[in-house]
Amino acid sequence: MSTFKLGKMTFAGLFKKPETIQYPVQHRFVPEGLKGHIAVDMEHCILCGICMKRCPTHAIEVDKKAGQWSIDRFRCIQCGHCTRECPKGCLTMEPTYAPVAAEKHRDVFEKPAAAPEPAAAEA
Amino acid sequence: MGKATVIPFGPQHPVLPEPLHLDLVVEDEKVIEAIPQIGFIHRGLEKLVETRDYNQFIYVAERICGICAFGHSMGYAETVERLMGIEIPDRAKMLRVIWHELSRVHSHILWMGLAADAFGFESLFMHCWRLRERVLDLFEATTGGRVIFSVVRVGGVNRDISDEQLKQFVDVLDGIKGEYKEICDTFLTDRSVKNRTVGVGYISYDDALAMSMVGPFVRASGVKQDVRMLRNDGYAFLDGFEPVIDPQGDCYARVKVRALEVLQAIDIIEEMIRKLVPGEIAVPVKGNPADGAEACNVLEQPRGECYYYARGNGTKNLARMRMRTPTSQNLAGMTTALAGCDLADVNMIVLTIDPCISCTER
Repeated sequence: MSTFKLGKMTFAGLFKKPETIQYPVQHRFVPEGLKGHIAVDMEHCILCGICMKRCPTHAIEVDKKAGQWSIDRFRCIQCGHCTRECPKGCLTMEPTYAPVAAEKHRDVFEKPAAAPEPAAAEA
Repeated sequence: MGKATVIPFGPQHPVLPEPLHLDLVVEDEKVIEAIPQIGFIHRGLEKLVETRDYNQFIYVAERICGICAFGHSMGYAETVERLMGIEIPDRAKMLRVIWHELSRVHSHILWMGLAADAFGFESLFMHCWRLRERVLDLFEATTGGRVIFSVVRVGGVNRDISDEQLKQFVDVLDGIKGEYKEICDTFLTDRSVKNRTVGVGYISYDDALAMSMVGPFVRASGVKQDVRMLRNDGYAFLDGFEPVIDPQGDCYARVKVRALEVLQAIDIIEEMIRKLVPGEIAVPVKGNPADGAEACNVLEQPRGECYYYARGNGTKNLARMRMRTPTSQNLAGMTTALAGCDLADVNMIVLTIDPCISCTER
């Protein structure tokens, strides 16, 4: 009976968990290596600018004089090229997606001010 | 005999996932001629090799098409590796084959869902796409992406697959295989599927050869043509390879070839996982392609043979990157299959070549 070709699968579906989830109450499992967004560790960043040169979409800008590292999340394609090229390993791919925004903007990260020398601090 | 009328079909049409326009010249309900027109989504991606270096272009190459994303990045990387004389590690070659065959599974199941939707079998469509989700989950777990993977690089691959993930691969594929066989059985034996496909859009063996058709489209006309038979790169590790062919040449044969290729692709993945050798996954790449150096490459993508050509100019940018995609080869066959068919069968015939207009126009 050709009518019941999918009958077994359809009938079994009555007793299985739904394939869909109740978003936003439930969330999907996030695998460890998911390409979500680029995070930067500004303490170890030396502002060399290699990530800026290698980025295929020119999403990253590095201003060494101002001590700033910035990224345009709308241009970034999460290829991870910068994380592999960074000589200090301070760029990482985090598994969470960047939140939506009403306006296009750059996420700017400042290099933290250098800690004072111990001798200067004592004085 | 009625008066000839021209009916426009597409570029926006429920059966077409991508924009293709056909001028259908019909007399009564018979299509006499189909005149295709493309050019709706040309993006000039080949030109971008002039502004992106050969490492960056891989991310452009994989954006040529959403479904063949892995195939294009792999085909491009292999071409540049030939251009620069780079030999990549065996593990990287095998991992590429695993992901490429997985993308074939995902592409064919997606197509089967679309085909079921085109002939009005909604529940079959949903079952196909439900299975496809599991394949996408495998991609997500191993590459970090569901459609665009960015996992191939010139010189190897960016990510390794751990032993636990390989075990998960095998478990998920076993689960898919069991359910897929039931879906496959429906496609191949159900009366409503056969009513819409048997004897529709016939292409003979000689016509298929004369029009240089490729992929499952040509294999469904009985032509034994598959790039994987050349056993290039990672495919050399397979014990043997016999393409799935069917001599009937109609829409049913095309459905059958794709349906059986899914099982074949799963077998190839399982064989590769068994044979996967430990070791490095990439080699460092230094320097630029030499001035005037040329390389070409062929790859069997889900839709058929894709040809790549690259020429270096001594700088980090390539002088030329050219691709000949399977759908551009198959359009001539499609118009031949359409000539003489019923107007109601046009959507089924167009769909059975699995047109990918994004690839064709780039």
